[in-house]
Amino acid sequence: MAETPNRPLSPHLQIYKPQITSVLSITHRATGVVLSLGVVLLVAWLMAAAAGPQYYEAAQACAGSWVGYLFLFGFSVCLFYHLLNGIRHLFWDAGHGFELETVTRTGLAVLVGTVLLTVIAWVLGLTVMGKL
Amino acid sequence: MNNRKLGPSKTGTSHWWHQRLTAIALIPLVLFLVGLLPNMAGATYREFTALMQIPITPVVLLLLVCAGLYHMKLGLQVVIEDYIHNECVKMALVVSLTLFTFFLAAAGIVSIIMLAA
Repeated sequence: MAETPNRPLSPHLQIYKPQITSVLSITHRATGVVLSLGVVLLVAWLMAAAAGPQYYEAAQACAGSWVGYLFLFGFSVCLFYHLLNGIRHLFWDAGHGFELETVTRTGLAVLVGTVLLTVIAWVLGLTVMGKL
Repeated sequence: MNNRKLGPSKTGTSHWWHQRLTAIALIPLVLFLVGLLPNMAGATYREFTALMQIPITPVVLLLLVCAGLYHMKLGLQVVIEDYIHNECVKMALVVSLTLFTFFLAAAGIVSIIMLAA
């Protein structure tokens, strides 16, 4: 900020040791940005489907490629993380779970839950698709 | 909600509040999407359009796209406001984000309705 050069600055991020609180917090934001890309692609996919069979087939070919699967897997990890940590945020908004010990415990629960939900969703999903 | 309608702008908490409302709405909607995706993933065009003829699919997809895009817009706006310090650039990005969100909403809604019709 060129117009206010002498204002005091808070210490830079690199000064702090990464902690579960801060790391999970920035991960919430990062996964949110990735999910935004996912919504854009979902709308693009719907537009392709509405445009007709040949566009639908092209979109399905993209989604079914290994790059498509890689993105879908990353998308699902981000989705479950953002979902679980978002619920954690809603509890904070209601005034619950601020004790340091609880914050650490719910943070770990979010991480474990993300792994579990991702595995369950992919096992069930691939079974439904007949690929497992 | 004691602070509702207070303060000079009268709507100071609406951004925060709408972010939470859409968050709550998105919990069941997102779970529906997770259930829907495997059914969509391998589907032929005929199978997919058949799925869209069942009212619950387009209805939930509409709600998901609308709540999801609004939640996205509110979230990305905060990211822009946090990291972009040049007022002009910030303003341009937030306006672009808003217009892009409206475009995506219109495109998504029209596509879903076309597929369900």
